[in-house]
Amino acid sequence: MTVARTPEVLAHQFDDLEQQHDAANLGMWAFLATEILFFGGMFLGYAVYRSLYPEAFTQASNHMDILLGMINTVVLIASSLTVVLAVHAAQQDRRRALVGLLTLTILLGLVFLGIKSTEYLHKFNENLVPGVDFAYTGQNARHAALFFSFYFAMTGMHALHMIIGIAIFAWLIVAARRGRYTAIYNTPVEIAGLYWHFVDIIWIFLFPLFYLLGRHL
Amino acid sequence: MIAVKTYYMVFAALLALTLVTTGAAFVDLGARWNTIVGLTIATVKALLVATYFMHLRHSQRLTLLFAGAGVLWLALLITFVFADYLTRGW
Repeated sequence: MTVARTPEVLAHQFDDLEQQHDAANLGMWAFLATEILFFGGMFLGYAVYRSLYPEAFTQASNHMDILLGMINTVVLIASSLTVVLAVHAAQQDRRRALVGLLTLTILLGLVFLGIKSTEYLHKFNENLVPGVDFAYTGQNARHAALFFSFYFAMTGMHALHMIIGIAIFAWLIVAARRGRYTAIYNTPVEIAGLYWHFVDIIWIFLFPLFYLLGRHL
Repeated sequence: MIAVKTYYMVFAALLALTLVTTGAAFVDLGARWNTIVGLTIATVKALLVATYFMHLRHSQRLTLLFAGAGVLWLALLITFVFADYLTRGW
């Protein structure tokens, strides 16, 4: 059955499924290399301004909720686990497990975004969002505004990547339910997983840089 | 192929490191060392995710080259910018 399906999943430009898999895998890694530099530019900007205004960044960092940041880190790590288990399930032809684990991944992603939304809302209510209503009461308000600008730009871009990831997983679930992914062909699940893990790695660095670092001067 | 047990062990290690890095933030080591500890733990976590969850351990050399190229160029970007900022006399 699965062998009979092989020709239709093999695009005509490839010799065999292995070559197709390696090309897709390498393509995702090439994209992730550009993503490293995309986020890297923002990390660099953060590092430069933090080195210029260490006190302001430290004080502004104390407005972050460490507990929520830690919970979100755990949620995201758990979603990375469900993704690798989903890839594993696909490789073993366990379709129901694959659909279940991808659904769980989406749910964990939504939990993360929900917690992030409440944090954003809190910042809006406290007037800590740079702009006309920015009303920071501590010292060096202009430099603290830089901290919050980096915070919203970087966590916002990270959240956008998660929304895209959730959409991709939703698409994969539809295809998986139709039996599209088998032990022989499951490359889309695998490379979507690579993307999701990359987004996880970005958060692994955002968490200490915004929530944890500089609580002591 | 990586065994499922390995995934759970990596997951447990990532959770433990998250607790350690959060706890370390409440210990005053001085700004420099708090920063170094936080970033070192984050780097170890990122390497765990890349090595096991992203299968870099069992991937082909070309994949490693692509991943390494991304990190190398980022390192160049950071090095040259800070070579400027940290050596300005004004």
